[in-house]
Amino acid sequence: MTNTPHISVQDFNVYIENQHILKNININIPNKSVTSIIGPSGCGKTTLLKSFNRLLDNTANVKIDGKVLVDGENIYDPNVEVTHIRKKMGLLSQRPYPLPMSIYDNVAYGPRIHGIRKKSELDELVELQLKATGLWNEVKDRLNASATRLSIGQQQRLCLARGLAVEPEIILGDESTSALDPVSTHIIEDLFIHLKQKYTIVLVTHILRQARRVSDYIIFVYMGKIIEFGPTEEVLLNPKEELTREYVKGFIS
Amino acid sequence: MILQRIRFLKDKFISKLMLVFTLASVSLVFVIGIGLYYRSIPVLNKLSWFDLLTKSDWKPMKGLFGFYPFIMGTLWVTAIAIIIALPLSILTSLYLVEYAHAKIKRILIPFVNLLSGIPPVIYGVWGVLFIVPLIQEHIAPHFIEFSTGYSVLAGGIVLAIMIFPLIVSIITEVLTTIPQELKDASLSIGATKWETIKKVIIRKATPGIIAATVLAISRAFGETIAVLMVCGNNAVVPHSVFDTGYPLPALIANNYGEMMSIPLYDSALMFAALLLFIIILLFNIISRVILARLERNLTK
Repeated sequence: MTNTPHISVQDFNVYIENQHILKNININIPNKSVTSIIGPSGCGKTTLLKSFNRLLDNTANVKIDGKVLVDGENIYDPNVEVTHIRKKMGLLSQRPYPLPMSIYDNVAYGPRIHGIRKKSELDELVELQLKATGLWNEVKDRLNASATRLSIGQQQRLCLARGLAVEPEIILGDESTSALDPVSTHIIEDLFIHLKQKYTIVLVTHILRQARRVSDYIIFVYMGKIIEFGPTEEVLLNPKEELTREYVKGFIS
Repeated sequence: MILQRIRFLKDKFISKLMLVFTLASVSLVFVIGIGLYYRSIPVLNKLSWFDLLTKSDWKPMKGLFGFYPFIMGTLWVTAIAIIIALPLSILTSLYLVEYAHAKIKRILIPFVNLLSGIPPVIYGVWGVLFIVPLIQEHIAPHFIEFSTGYSVLAGGIVLAIMIFPLIVSIITEVLTTIPQELKDASLSIGATKWETIKKVIIRKATPGIIAATVLAISRAFGETIAVLMVCGNNAVVPHSVFDTGYPLPALIANNYGEMMSIPLYDSALMFAALLLFIIILLFNIISRVILARLERNLTK
């Protein structure tokens, strides 16, 4: 862990409907690298991810205590403006959810909300982000077509472009490839590897092979606790904890 | 072998029986349409469609049947009702689905549904006792010199409250089907809740909102008793919201069975029913076409 942490979680607890979902989480997410959160279903991986951009706020009966520092700023401070926090992070969900509008408007959605009105500026941004996600050549002739007409894989890349268009610092991926075919999965994984030069990336994944391929660090979560955190190869091939060993066993053998 | 045969025969028989029942109820639409037309023939032989639809003279004793005022009365009352009810319903539904706490929702939704269970005649009485004096004393004086309060506005307001629960229940249904992830997608870009509602949720819900409106309008066209109690029932074309109106259903309900000795009167009332039937049919067809086109555009 050579570089300074981008996200720092301190004594963080989450309760949903009186169930203790995340227990005393302390973790530093390294800057400009890919960190994967792995663990069995229902262990709190997604909850942890969603706590980074405060999407947890929308859950009913949720109680949160502790701190999450992003660039040293506690995002759970009551004075913090939540839209400003969320703008810093692009979210890529399990299935692509293109907004009900054209391909162009999907990418321009964020910039428009944050005050960019000039057509030329928007055009430039849209082209830039569609190129960054490798979609430009596929869609440049039909930017005004509805986004729902794209294939699932293309839709997911569009959603990534949409997130990147607000110039975030962090990309959060919640099993972002689970609905995709192998080819699209590969494209998205390559994008993550490529994008880590500019962004801090945190992924939730079920696929250990994917975690190994794309990530620099791995967090293993079990029953709401962080069991182990370290560089990818170490956690997967030489885990310190018995629980981690059990979980990745299938992967090694 | 024979047992098997009987089983299959039963299966076939049941499915055919269901087909017959379904066709029977669907064909009722045609039977009613044809029946109404048949009974309207006497008046149609005397006067042309064009005269019946565009003339404003309603003098049954002299054999003059101009339906224009009644058509306009129906359209005015329905339009006013929709203009009032639609924004209210959309905002109510958005509140119930997007903002209200689960507890508040549990209390409020049954109340909204209860509104649709109140018999129309009670709405009529409420309109006469509350809405009509309200218009007469507090609203109309700001705009015109005198109004009795019995007006298309009164009809529109009463009708708006009657169709409100219908629209709310459909739109809330539609809104709850919009996936949280889609809302999250907008929120995670840094949009506020209101921006998300305005630009994503409403857009996604548009076909549903239109469907709800269509149903509400069809309902409003036909609503009779509550409207006839507060509209004034004067066979003149309304020119402002404070004028009296005489919608088609009110005309039929008020007069059918009385003064049937007047020649052609019975046939003219049947023609009124036919008109109402045609208006609702056309309206449904047109809205279906619009809806289909809209859905195609959204998925294009």
